[in-house]
Amino acid sequence: MIDTVTHAVEDPDRTQPFAELGLKPDEYQEIRDILGRRPTSSELAMYSVMWSEHCSYKSSKVHLKQFGEKAPKTDILMVGIGENAGVVDIGDGWAVTFKVESHNHPSYVEPYQGAATGVGGIVRDILSMGARPLAVMDPLRFGPLDAPDTRRVMPGIVAGVGGYGNCLGLPNIGGEVVFDPSYLGNPLVNALCIGAMRHEDIHLASAKGVGNLVVLYGARTGGDGIGGVSVLASETFSEGGPTKRPSVQVGDPFMEKLLIEATLEVLHAGLVEGIQDLGGAGISCATSELASNGEGGMHVWLDRVLLRDPTLSPEEILMSESQERMCAIVTPANLDAFLALCGKWEVEAVVIGEVTASGRLTVEWHGEQIVDVPPRSVAHDGPVYERPFHRPEWQDALQADGPENLPRPSTPDELRAMLLTMVAAPNLASKSWVTSQYDRYVLGNTVLAQPEDAGMIRIDEETGRGVALSTDCNGRFAKLDPYNGAKLALAESYRNVAASGAVPLAVTNCLNFGSPEDPEVMWQFAQATTGLADGCLELGIPVTGGNVSFYNQTGATPILPTPVVGVLGVIDDVARRTPIAWREDGELIYLLGDTHDEFGGSEWAHHVHGHLGGMPPAVDLGRERLLGEILVAGSRDGMLSAAHDVSDGGVAQTLVEMALHSGIGARCWLPDGIDPFTLLFSESTGRAVVVVARTEELRFTEMCAARGLPAYRIGVVDSGLGPDAGFPAGTQVLQVSELFTVTVDELRMAHEGTLPDALR
Amino acid sequence: MIPRVGVVTFPGSLDDRDAARAVRIAGGEAVALWHGDDDLMKVDAVVLPGGFSYGDYLRCGAIARFAPVMHSIVDAAKGGLPVLGICNGFQILCESHLLPGALTRNDSLHFICRDQELRIEDTSSMWTADFEAGQEILIPLKNGEGGYVADEATLDMLEGEGRVIARYLGLNPNGSRRDIAGIRNELGNVVGLMPHPEHAVEDLTGPTTDGLPFFTSVLNSLVGAS
Repeated sequence: MIDTVTHAVEDPDRTQPFAELGLKPDEYQEIRDILGRRPTSSELAMYSVMWSEHCSYKSSKVHLKQFGEKAPKTDILMVGIGENAGVVDIGDGWAVTFKVESHNHPSYVEPYQGAATGVGGIVRDILSMGARPLAVMDPLRFGPLDAPDTRRVMPGIVAGVGGYGNCLGLPNIGGEVVFDPSYLGNPLVNALCIGAMRHEDIHLASAKGVGNLVVLYGARTGGDGIGGVSVLASETFSEGGPTKRPSVQVGDPFMEKLLIEATLEVLHAGLVEGIQDLGGAGISCATSELASNGEGGMHVWLDRVLLRDPTLSPEEILMSESQERMCAIVTPANLDAFLALCGKWEVEAVVIGEVTASGRLTVEWHGEQIVDVPPRSVAHDGPVYERPFHRPEWQDALQADGPENLPRPSTPDELRAMLLTMVAAPNLASKSWVTSQYDRYVLGNTVLAQPEDAGMIRIDEETGRGVALSTDCNGRFAKLDPYNGAKLALAESYRNVAASGAVPLAVTNCLNFGSPEDPEVMWQFAQATTGLADGCLELGIPVTGGNVSFYNQTGATPILPTPVVGVLGVIDDVARRTPIAWREDGELIYLLGDTHDEFGGSEWAHHVHGHLGGMPPAVDLGRERLLGEILVAGSRDGMLSAAHDVSDGGVAQTLVEMALHSGIGARCWLPDGIDPFTLLFSESTGRAVVVVARTEELRFTEMCAARGLPAYRIGVVDSGLGPDAGFPAGTQVLQVSELFTVTVDELRMAHEGTLPDALR
Repeated sequence: MIPRVGVVTFPGSLDDRDAARAVRIAGGEAVALWHGDDDLMKVDAVVLPGGFSYGDYLRCGAIARFAPVMHSIVDAAKGGLPVLGICNGFQILCESHLLPGALTRNDSLHFICRDQELRIEDTSSMWTADFEAGQEILIPLKNGEGGYVADEATLDMLEGEGRVIARYLGLNPNGSRRDIAGIRNELGNVVGLMPHPEHAVEDLTGPTTDGLPFFTSVLNSLVGAS
């Protein structure tokens, strides 16, 4: 029997399964206090999903506030934190919206669909701002490459990301693939989407105008993903607990493609007053948020929702996370035109409600009232926790256990062997096994894509205005020092964007951590958010939005704290982009920035010694800013032929990638006063390798000197080194003077073999 | 005369904007054609673009062939209208029986996106006339079901009549029989090609501009004929 509001009043003491739905006793009591009675089962369903960690940010809110409080003064932010995605003014009347979200837990349960629907969800967020989605990126993290479960999870996740994005027609322009044992039982699938629109096309999720209609359109509502939000996304996979088999949502990228085209047509035709995507918490979320952000009242006829499964109960319909659905607020006068455009794209649409002045969200099921709540209490006034946190007792010991005593290679032969070992390490090896499953060409505006430092797309075909994006995080650094680890992630992403020639503009983030109920994890989270907020203030770029994913742990062991940071940059003309590949003989190779003996958390310590300890590299955001300005100026004024940031794996990795991507060799040498191992493999920050034509050398080095940025000439592009090194003419060779010589083919074999060999 | 080249949008077409851009860059006028409308808008040629028409849920191209616009295109193609099917478009041409054979799942079982070397084998078609026979080009390839198959007799017939227009060089990316990347019909007006020339028309966004001659070929032959 349907539990109605009348029943709730008449039968106030009925026992309700709030705990099974993830609500704590005091949260349940709070709902009773808000309503002045027990909730109906439908109301309980709504509150339980909307007050889940995933939807309410109840553990993270008090820390995330800093992104607003410490925001640098800026006039580029058109829509800030709190909407579906932030919107940034990139000039010429263009606005860009971008955001990254996690889909970690579903992807572990069902890799293909979990990853696929992660892409689908973030694309709808971007669409709901009124933007045409233009590209996606996917930061992925797995257990060790050789672990059996990685072989189960990784191919499915990669195929899911590719299968959905490819069929949707969005180029995948970058991201990350990282391996670490801490992700073995809890892989991270983060999905980023970027979209663009003209300023006047920005739309918000608000139900304005009493009498306007609420239209649900897209796929039909089915039984998939019911409770996914509160159960899947907020519970740890613990051994010994009850087996939970909630269904992961199933994606239909073809429907999403139709939804994109239909949505953009109704938006551009001026037929939409407010719009919201349906993601986590489905209709519960969309209706309560739309009502809460608008007139405050909405009435919904839930029995009008088109169903895939006619046996669904109203509670299930409210909670269903069926994919590829959107909700629009449409005036009665525009309804026919709206429905006609949906019909053109063969997208089903139905009016499920109307905007009211009641201040209540009321839901009716075949004439009976089953929900009567203040929408704000569902959507925005959920519980807020000041979770206890403290610095782990082991933190000091971890930081004291530095890499100083790990054996280092010193002879030329040892250094050469180390170079080949490192370029083949799973974290440094070529990721083309992954990226070759993604379409990077569709839409015809991809200017740079992986393995470039940043993905870059052209926004305006007339002017060449475009944007660049990079996502980065080194979880090992964040474990050693979460505050600076977050800053280091920001610094790397910022540097990558600048290296491509774009001016860094704004930040999004996806904060992946263990359980917030663990005070040590909560400390990591608090430290990382503070570090990121402070870092953004120092760099002068605002956070525009983001996502938090907690409960990423296996048993009591959390993942490495992983605050993934995405930086967006703008470039006036993408023709000025700076690629990572050098082009021709005689070009000069410069190392910008200072190199110190910094191996704490480095890829060398991790891969060669399985060691994690000490302090991460020092981060100097003032220096990063200066480096960024030099890189952008070098691009704008045509001084740089190529540029590549120095990060994981150090200068050695940077030079190898530049040589491999260009297919041309080079002769390199070491600056005075630094030992070869440190120069080649240290991961000091604030550095980049740039390539300068001889004709530009003086202008460039004078600029660096005037601005106070150290620049060391460390090599020259040279395709003719083969014979000198004892190889046939034409053989491309990377020579590190007085130390060793290695052929580009040898490097390629090592670099490109790792993933295919492991996943064969 | 600026030739009008129609680009069809099916539900799930993805590279329709790219194909239209390539037509414009080559000097033609791109005309949007809608799957549900059998009016070809007096176009001089048609491109069936890449994508996943109808989600490719039944079999690639199997539903698209029944679209109203395809009835008109099949009739017109039989009368000599130049038609280029790229990727999903190639699959639709095979399903429509304008070209023989079929496209099957890549032998690697993975979707693959890479820059692919091809050799142009035949320059007698309306879409390859601007190439030189034997010319080697590099354009993007991206498909999940790009393995060209036909029975031996059909393959021999295609080879014998010079109807293989392009072949993969180097590692065969998808298991295509005899490394076939593209074929034409007897008349030479209908061409199916698995790789994507429309993604190689600008230095900025493509690996090369080697895709451009596919589009200039048809425009030049149309201008020459008029």
